Amino acid sequence: MSNVRVLVGTRKGAFIFTSDFRREKWDIKGPLFAGLEIYHIKGSSVDPQRIYASQASDWFGQVSHRSSDGGFSWETIGNKFDYEGKVGTHQDFSGDQIPWKFRRIWAFEPSPTEKDTVFAGAEDAALFKSTDGGMTWQELPGLREIHSNMWMPGAGGMGLHTILINPKNPDQMFVAISAAGVFRTNDGGQTWSGINHGLKSEYELPNPEAEVGHCVHSITMHPSNPNVLFMQKHWDVMRSDNAGDDWYEVSDNLPSDFGFPIAVHAHEPETIYVIPIKSDLEHYPPEGKLRVYRSRTGGYGWKELNEGLPQKDCYVNILRSALAVDTLDSCGVYFGTTGGQLYMSPDSGETWQTVAQNLPSVLSVEVQVLQ
Amino acid sequence: MIRVILPTYLQRLANVGREVQLEVDGDITFLELLDVIEEKYPMLKGTIRDHVTKERRAYLRFFSCGQDLSHLAPETLLPREVLIGKEPFRIVGAMSGG
Repeated sequence: MSNVRVLVGTRKGAFIFTSDFRREKWDIKGPLFAGLEIYHIKGSSVDPQRIYASQASDWFGQVSHRSSDGGFSWETIGNKFDYEGKVGTHQDFSGDQIPWKFRRIWAFEPSPTEKDTVFAGAEDAALFKSTDGGMTWQELPGLREIHSNMWMPGAGGMGLHTILINPKNPDQMFVAISAAGVFRTNDGGQTWSGINHGLKSEYELPNPEAEVGHCVHSITMHPSNPNVLFMQKHWDVMRSDNAGDDWYEVSDNLPSDFGFPIAVHAHEPETIYVIPIKSDLEHYPPEGKLRVYRSRTGGYGWKELNEGLPQKDCYVNILRSALAVDTLDSCGVYFGTTGGQLYMSPDSGETWQTVAQNLPSVLSVEVQVLQ
Repeated sequence: MIRVILPTYLQRLANVGREVQLEVDGDITFLELLDVIEEKYPMLKGTIRDHVTKERRAYLRFFSCGQDLSHLAPETLLPREVLIGKEPFRIVGAMSGG
């Protein structure tokens, strides 16, 4: 029988929740790395016992950790992320050009095929690769050749926060950066192109259809259909049917098309989830009602899912990496909030349970199904 | 012999107690002391100062002999009291959090 392991990164450490396939009773382990921000904690699909955790703070900088036993023990791994070649400059909030500076790792993405290969998304935005299980890192500098002097930080920093690897062709990868946009490589990261055609950012950019500069909050794909990408942009939920060459809006009847995370059902490639937030200023659910929205048609029509979620006086946010699904037959959906709640649905979002109520503010949620 | 007091988190990371003792030859600078610390405890690389720029982490301070030495040039020699082990060199997580 399968077990489920949920990896949660928070402002004050990491937590690991485990349950059997029923997902009714949860054991909690943590806080790991107590007191320190864990931006992301994610396991390898090649070796699920291998887990990477990114810890970053203004006190001690970036510290990276790796477990080889499912999170029971940890070792520190490489934390030297050195930009290749001429560092270059990017826009600051002031409009000035400032040099790239490494601040933290926002996301680890283990390779779907090679146990010791893992990618890391950095702030200031860049993509790094390790082929020795995270001990040493090399930048893939071609990414920063794409008009990077026009990139600028979002409110959370200029982070490369999302890394998608095409499981059918691991040389094809997609990354998302706030506020630069989406980029694709077809050659394992050597060369890149911006794939932002169709995005419109009329409130954020002087040229709403600029080639780069869009505040893309999150992107996702279903592994069976990597040509179809879904995006939660600053405003707008978007979709591409040609691996990012063109995007079009699928916000449809959402109460707000502002939000941070987006996820796709494990077994239904056209079923997607978002969690609407009221606005770019008011980072909480519309009307104080926490609702997940699901579209079973790839964005053409959204259904409100609220059974078991607070429907009054709820003013939490759900950050871009804090929504995930499991791969059990009845797909589980999980999300964590800035208020420290961890919610899960064992039935594709129809009903919700509270797994934890009083965690530190949740930064990321990832799920593993263990055979 | 130089005595260095580490903040709690770096003690955990290096798997050491509150104070570590380092054997050095002659007079050394702040920069050289940090090199010695990182050579003996490589897991601390990148935590006290940036890997590449060598800038001190913004929220860390260096205290010794009743003084905040954080802003002295890296090439400055350590105080005599530190070099002879009479006074510890303290790496401190600065006050923050409101």
